[in-house]
Amino acid sequence: MQRSPIHRTFDVIAFEAVSKTYSAKGAAISGRPALSEVSLSVKAGEVFGVIGASGAGKSTLIRLINGLETPSGGKVIVDGDDVAALGVEGLRALRRRVGMIFQHFNLLSGKTVAQNVAFPLKLAGRPAAEVKARTAELLERVGLSEHANKFPAQLSGGQKQRVGIARALATNPKVLLCDEATSALDPETTEQILELISGLNRELGLTIVLITHEMDVVRRVCDRVAVLEAGRVVEEGAVEDVFLHPASDTARRFVREADGEVSAAGIDGRLVRLTFRGEATYKPVLGEVARTTGVDYSILGGRIHRLRETPYGQLTLALTGGDVTAAIAKFKDAGVRVEDLSAGEGA
Amino acid sequence: MENIDWAEIGQATLDTLAMLGGSMILTVILGLPLGVILFLTGKGQMLENKLANGVLSLLVNILRSVPFVILLIVMIPLTVVLVGTSLGVAGAIPPLVAGAAPFFARLVETALREVDKGVIEASFAMGAKRRQVVLGALLPEALPGLVAAATVTAVALVSYTAMAGVVGAGGLGDLAIRFGYQRFQTDVMVVTVVLMLVLVQVLQMIGDTVVRKVSHK
Repeated sequence: MQRSPIHRTFDVIAFEAVSKTYSAKGAAISGRPALSEVSLSVKAGEVFGVIGASGAGKSTLIRLINGLETPSGGKVIVDGDDVAALGVEGLRALRRRVGMIFQHFNLLSGKTVAQNVAFPLKLAGRPAAEVKARTAELLERVGLSEHANKFPAQLSGGQKQRVGIARALATNPKVLLCDEATSALDPETTEQILELISGLNRELGLTIVLITHEMDVVRRVCDRVAVLEAGRVVEEGAVEDVFLHPASDTARRFVREADGEVSAAGIDGRLVRLTFRGEATYKPVLGEVARTTGVDYSILGGRIHRLRETPYGQLTLALTGGDVTAAIAKFKDAGVRVEDLSAGEGA
Repeated sequence: MENIDWAEIGQATLDTLAMLGGSMILTVILGLPLGVILFLTGKGQMLENKLANGVLSLLVNILRSVPFVILLIVMIPLTVVLVGTSLGVAGAIPPLVAGAAPFFARLVETALREVDKGVIEASFAMGAKRRQVVLGALLPEALPGLVAAATVTAVALVSYTAMAGVVGAGGLGDLAIRFGYQRFQTDVMVVTVVLMLVLVQVLQMIGDTVVRKVSHK
């Protein structure tokens, strides 16, 4: 299903200089606000990631969107409404338009899978026949139809999160909030859950906000990402840009965590990092340049992956002998981005 | 077994069961809401209210710190006002409830604290009203703990009914005191104690079975 272009330009969520300070007896005794002056916007139909270390304020940020937390300053606008200005009923209506899934799933242990999925519909006072039909449809969607009458304790972590997703989708929300939704899962299950979340975004046009401390999660599913450090947004942009050319120390640290560090100690020659994106990834650039300029290269580190649909490669090389300057120029001509690491750290 | 009058023991057993049943029902009716309010007005909870919580907590502590034998006697005038007599099964029920309800309320509060906060947060995130959170998520999630609390309370009530014999309540405890203790009829003592032991055992077994049935952890 194609997303309509109109959807793309409309902000579903906007943070306008939002701050949050917990009172002295609350969680943050450090005196530092949990969030300070955070401004960002999430467009309809996109997958927006917020990455940060624990204590950076991710949890607070995502809870401001559905009013589980109230801002100390600034405004949070969701689907056209100022969340803090909504009354009790308005807030409940908003929460039906914003689904949420959790790190520890937060399923009702005394209710069956089907009863868990039906719960938000019952809360909304939907008729029994509708609840039944919708529940069956949702369980089908997440592939849990045959587990409808089991209790959560009888399910695996991945299955529990599927129940969480089905439950979050029950009231047909526009937005899905994912609170570290894959952090309690093993890598293989994480992959499946991210696949499911991506599918919901593509097929239902669902806007997704996810918070995580893993760059890998951001790389796999997000369109844009904000990097949070000590309550402030230190970097924000398209995932490709933040991932391949992180500008902040925090973002660089997360990227390194995802890829491992390149050690260049004791290496001679000119150190360069080449970034191939899209078409350039598939061209035999490296060998060609080496042949024509007489430059030798040793590969110190590299990664070849996909950022959502875009293939990319990034290689850190030490260039020796031949005409290094000409080689760099040739790389650039071929559409490869070249960063000269010898010229200064983190260029 | 020369002193045993089985008809009298049968009647005493029925009296004990009547006291136990009547006071248990009233204890749950009063103690459950009290425990829920204690929990909800507590620190960091959805109806946080220092004053209300402080007052209720004090009341519960006072009733729980009075030894039950003393409570039985102190309550006699109030009991007469409430049920018209301080004797027999009816006269025993007000002090039994006054003793057991605060105890049960504290156990309820503890059981509710055991409920995963994430589940409560998730319910709010789904658009639940407070009432729906309490009735639809909090209490059902705490059900195994609540049944266990009721079992402990029922067992405590068995010993309370025995003490109620002191103020003329009748029942197995009364037999044990009047015949077993004051008239040195050891055989009566043994039979009443065994019957109470069986009663406690049966209550505990029923409670454990129900907990297992409602628990899906």
